[in-house]
Amino acid sequence: MPVVSLDQQRKFPTEAAIWRLLEEVPDPEVPVLTILDLGVVRSVAVAENGAIRIGVTPTYSGCPATAAINMAIRDRLLQAGHDTVTIDTILAPAWTTDWISEDGKRKLRDYGIAPPVGTAAGEGAGRGTLFGADPDVPCPHCGSAHTEKVSEFGSTACKAQYRCTDCLEPFEYFKCI
Amino acid sequence: MTTETQQIDAQQIDRADLVEYLLRLGDNSMILGQRLCEWCGHGPVLEEDIALSNVALDLIGQARLIYTHAGEVEGKGQTEDDIAFLRDVFDWKNVHLVEQPNGDFADTMARQFMIDCYNVELFSALTKSTDDQLAAIAAKTLKEVTYHRRHSGEWVIRLGDGTDESHRRIQAAFDRHWIFVEELFESDDLDARITAAGIGPDPKSLRPAWDSMMDRVLSEATLTRPTADFPRSGGRKGEHSEYLGYILADMQFMQRAYPGMDW
Repeated sequence: MPVVSLDQQRKFPTEAAIWRLLEEVPDPEVPVLTILDLGVVRSVAVAENGAIRIGVTPTYSGCPATAAINMAIRDRLLQAGHDTVTIDTILAPAWTTDWISEDGKRKLRDYGIAPPVGTAAGEGAGRGTLFGADPDVPCPHCGSAHTEKVSEFGSTACKAQYRCTDCLEPFEYFKCI
Repeated sequence: MTTETQQIDAQQIDRADLVEYLLRLGDNSMILGQRLCEWCGHGPVLEEDIALSNVALDLIGQARLIYTHAGEVEGKGQTEDDIAFLRDVFDWKNVHLVEQPNGDFADTMARQFMIDCYNVELFSALTKSTDDQLAAIAAKTLKEVTYHRRHSGEWVIRLGDGTDESHRRIQAAFDRHWIFVEELFESDDLDARITAAGIGPDPKSLRPAWDSMMDRVLSEATLTRPTADFPRSGGRKGEHSEYLGYILADMQFMQRAYPGMDW
């Protein structure tokens, strides 16, 4: 392995090093997840002159966290000494909850938010479903399958509201899209 | 929001046409989003207050993406904020339906279901647009409006098949808004050029699927499909009801009072 001085490392970070830094950036609305768990970072590139380009996809068109995520990325990279950062908004392919990592789903459950059930690309998830049956969403508190939907919408664009009919606790469900 | 690597392909269409078409799309989302914001803090129950604000947020987000794209296609340095805040009534190209007052909850849900069904068909077709950026925006939007339709559709059925009072109100709401249906499916010379360039669908082509969804849900809701003798038109050419001026007066106040104000 070639010897690289600390200065050079700061000046020309590897892409892997950037990914590691991004791993430390929490999602502003669900802080238990990192932005990598959420699957919103689509690409990282370091040019020959050391300039960094990061591709980020928004979860929902109107998600207020989008700007906060971009700012958090810049902050984290700036702290690490990288000030030439361009953030591209990538719209296609559109973000899907299928991109939330398995680790991310576990963290959501531990935090009290039910992770998406099934896959957005799965059966019955297409545009033809109007009044399709809701999936069984297990309670993240007691694990019971006896839960009911309270509202299609919740405290953030990505969540719906449920309650458990066994332990009676309300909880949020990360909508599957 | 900026798309820093935006590329505008050489379309087989006049840029001004494309900008005009994008304004028609964006203005529908923007005005309906602004209308729904009026419910914030006034919803009939907390869950619906939150739901309507969520839908509004999606719509305004869609409008922002479309406006940003329009500004880039136009190439005169207009941002999403310039387009939203610095145009007067006659420059707005939204259909009449989205500028109608919220009325009661039934009025809002009837209007919402009508436009949600329209949006699902429209953005579904736009995912195949020859304008790559518009196709990308449409794919994102389609997921959101499909979810909106599920919400408004369930309310139409619940209200229609509910009590005598809720049935009477939601039927009256559809009756009141039916004069705005025809305008959704009108096409003009601009649509013909847009369709020929593969950028967007012929609005008329969206009608059968919209009709069939409407019939299915109205029937399940035990409601009667209304008829309209004197349909309204002209919104897409900048002819509006007096309601739009009030919406803009509210929405644009800060930018008019403090020109150049930024977030």
